[in-house]
Amino acid sequence: MHPLLLRIQHTFSVGVTNVNEWRGDVSVTVTRDKLREVAQFLRDDPGMDFDYIVHVSSVDWPDDEERFEVVWEFYSIRKRQRIRLKTRVPETDCVVDSLTDLWKGADFMEREVYDMMGIRFRNHPDLRRILMPDDYTEGYPLRKDFPLRGKGWRDTFDFLDEVPR
Amino acid sequence: MGLIQLGRHEKDGVPDVITGSLEKAVNWARKGSLWPMTFGLACCAIEMMAAVSSRYDMDRFGAGVFRGSPRQSDLMIVAGTVCRRMAPVIRKIYDQMPEPKYVIAMGSCATSGNIYDSYPVVQGVDRFVPVDIYVPGCPPTPEALLDGILKLQERIMQKRVFVAQPDQVKANLKV
Repeated sequence: MHPLLLRIQHTFSVGVTNVNEWRGDVSVTVTRDKLREVAQFLRDDPGMDFDYIVHVSSVDWPDDEERFEVVWEFYSIRKRQRIRLKTRVPETDCVVDSLTDLWKGADFMEREVYDMMGIRFRNHPDLRRILMPDDYTEGYPLRKDFPLRGKGWRDTFDFLDEVPR
Repeated sequence: MGLIQLGRHEKDGVPDVITGSLEKAVNWARKGSLWPMTFGLACCAIEMMAAVSSRYDMDRFGAGVFRGSPRQSDLMIVAGTVCRRMAPVIRKIYDQMPEPKYVIAMGSCATSGNIYDSYPVVQGVDRFVPVDIYVPGCPPTPEALLDGILKLQERIMQKRVFVAQPDQVKANLKV
């Protein structure tokens, strides 16, 4: 197994539900309540030293009990290593801890996850929609049960009723 | 082109009076100085830039003076995928352009939405601004855009200037 994974498993006996290495991709799945702890470790431990956040994304598994998966990707500029951190959230309680205070760059990417998938981030400094307009009411477009063509918003042009200035 | 005829009035064998239709002269002036509004939204904008630059040189047809402000332009080339969130902006810019004004929908996306039959993409810019010329292609080559400009110029030449036109678009008219 990858030494990074060994180290993580050794440090966190509980909370790490799955570790995986596939074609050089190293990923760790943690429970929601341990997320911040593991993230803090990934950032601050000198052997880990993940100082750069690459991406935040999310996956919808409609048939699973814990429907959504939030994925963070980290990179260590000094150590030139990568890791993927995943956690699962159920649909009924769509909240995870924000990692914005650890990596400033997570801000916009977590907003995108919120905008597209409807997963809320606890303690996020400014959790608003980022791609869709603020008054968008059709829901979260990247969920699997969202119709591909939307719910009519793209074909309504309410601004045509306004008198042009 | 038969636009301007030299009259018969001569002085010392030199033509002295020029006769012609004022409407044609106005249209000729309009078509010869199309000032396009820079409106690149996606990859079509790259081809639009190529059409303006030295190799294709759209300025040969009088349409090379790209403006950053709608108030100085009379042709809007919508080049690229139109997202619904961009739609009010496009409409506002169209409303800000002084008459007479023309719109070219450049490429499949601006014409019909292309393959992007999805929740944020408007299925054709003609849903909310009137389009004069549709240029097909994904993206259209600069030659295709030039052809669109020439076709637009042909249309401008056929417009009536001093007579109210049924197709003249009121500013707040729904399409």
